[in-house]
Amino acid sequence: MPTYEKILLKNMERPGYTGSLTDYGHAGGYSALEKVLKAMSPQDVIETIKKSGLRGRGGAGFPTGVKWSFIPKDHPGPKYLCCNADESEPGTFKDRQLIENDPHAILEGIAIACFAIGAQTAYIYIRGEFFSGAKILNEAIAEAYRAGFLGKNILASGFSLDIYLHRGAGAYICGEETALLESIEGKRGKPRSKPPFPATHGLYQRPTVVNNVETMMNVPHIINRGSEWFAAIGAGKSTGTRIFSVSGPVKRPGNYEVPLGITFREMIYEHAGGMRSDKQLKAIIPGGASAAFFTPDQLDVKMDFESVAAAGSMLGSGGVTVMDEDTCMVWAAMNLLEFFHHESCGKCTPCREGSAWLLQILQRIEAGEGRLDDLHALESLSHKIEGMTVCAFGDAEVAPILSTIKHFRAEYEAHIEERRCPFRSNVVLAMAH
Amino acid sequence: MKLRVLSNQAKEAICAEFPKYPTKRSVLLPALWIAQDECGYLSEPAMMDIADLLDLTPVQVYDVATFYYMYHLKPVGKFHIQVCKTLSCGLVGANALIAYIQKRLEIRVGETTQDGLFSLKLVECLAACGSGPMMQINEDYYEHLTNQKVDQILDDLKRLGRSNLATSRFRLPMAI
Repeated sequence: MPTYEKILLKNMERPGYTGSLTDYGHAGGYSALEKVLKAMSPQDVIETIKKSGLRGRGGAGFPTGVKWSFIPKDHPGPKYLCCNADESEPGTFKDRQLIENDPHAILEGIAIACFAIGAQTAYIYIRGEFFSGAKILNEAIAEAYRAGFLGKNILASGFSLDIYLHRGAGAYICGEETALLESIEGKRGKPRSKPPFPATHGLYQRPTVVNNVETMMNVPHIINRGSEWFAAIGAGKSTGTRIFSVSGPVKRPGNYEVPLGITFREMIYEHAGGMRSDKQLKAIIPGGASAAFFTPDQLDVKMDFESVAAAGSMLGSGGVTVMDEDTCMVWAAMNLLEFFHHESCGKCTPCREGSAWLLQILQRIEAGEGRLDDLHALESLSHKIEGMTVCAFGDAEVAPILSTIKHFRAEYEAHIEERRCPFRSNVVLAMAH
Repeated sequence: MKLRVLSNQAKEAICAEFPKYPTKRSVLLPALWIAQDECGYLSEPAMMDIADLLDLTPVQVYDVATFYYMYHLKPVGKFHIQVCKTLSCGLVGANALIAYIQKRLEIRVGETTQDGLFSLKLVECLAACGSGPMMQINEDYYEHLTNQKVDQILDDLKRLGRSNLATSRFRLPMAI
């Protein structure tokens, strides 16, 4: 199996590493913050991150340095940074591991980002279910204050920063950046119409950057080792490593940090050990539940932003869900629609009503009560949802449906013609909610 | 101001959140957590107390409390079991596990056992997809579940109030 230098997971894979400030310090922690505060201007930092090519690890893959450069420099009032730790894209479980095992690496990245954009307050928005992660982060924040890496006049540089942890309470949509801002403001987590963008009108209508946990964690390494070093890792415009979460019936599910641009084949068959019981692979979700399904003939697609997009899906959150020959594709799409229906915030009619209708149709097909025109109804409804909503949720909820119909149309038709699910024995249905 | 149900301690905890934010309203989610920790769920009088403390109307508080599913508007069991049912867990046996827990506790999803100890709910993805099937009970995650493990966890909780099958620091892949 090919091995690669780990950057983000390196510390935590050392025997005995606890993620404490002492351990992080021994591993060279906070040296990048010191370098930035003593020897760099905010503009230098932004240029370095721009040159590295670092792109957001949350899902959209927007260039991080460019995002930072959108923050107005002459803005008179406060500016904010929000770190998105609301990890909830089905199939994704990397942030939990990063938060629980190396919290200071995240704090250091946040501090550097705040210096670059001129923010003196940062909020980490962590999903409510991560009780353990919240405790660990709060302890790390307290440690960092005591050591002088947070608070007033950090390392006698004149730069001051407060970081606060804000806990969510169970709403997938709060991972969407403007919904996250609403939630911090004490409101329902409903996405805002854009423009205006958070860079000018974000938290409390102030200039704001929202960055993912994994994005933040890359920043100190780029400062320490240089943008050329970072840009040399990966493929084309997808630079650096990425932590992919692999789940489903593979032999070794887990989080794997690899350079961007290896193939799905290598990820699934080498790193994740291949299929359990050596079953046949049937389908792959390449980047979280919002991404269109791939089939085995796409195993050689490279895991970078451009290649996955060119192949008709998206690298998204890096959550790779693998399905074997026993998986019913109608059931898989229905399961994800249950998720999307449950999590739709209700703001936009096409998404709110559409997710309910789509789910109803899928449930009746799966139950053997589908009609031949149901496939047409699913497709036509989907096209009336995508692009018609304030946030990307509308596009996300139709991706599993349109892609499973595209790749597995015969399976849908078999459900309808045979008036049953051909895989029924594998699935316990009719669960009470 | 006289509080209806919240203690002075809860009030102090809520007020301690104010300096973190430029608006009082931002303290709403933290305040709801503090109230739920103290009372077990969010009763209407508790939400009215929060409204008073944050200079909001009761309906503004209720509006937010009903949006986020982790806030309980009714009491739940002493041990609130939330089983993940989303795709990755579903692919590795979540449905069979849910059926087993229902049988074992003699309740259906959405119900609480008669002794008030256990309540059962299905939830969407808890970001533990590589270690499914899994569930969260109160603050703890339990992963790589089997029927035998579920038996032990429920017994532990009933007898000791805690189980050391709860996940400690999370790291995947597990050492082979």
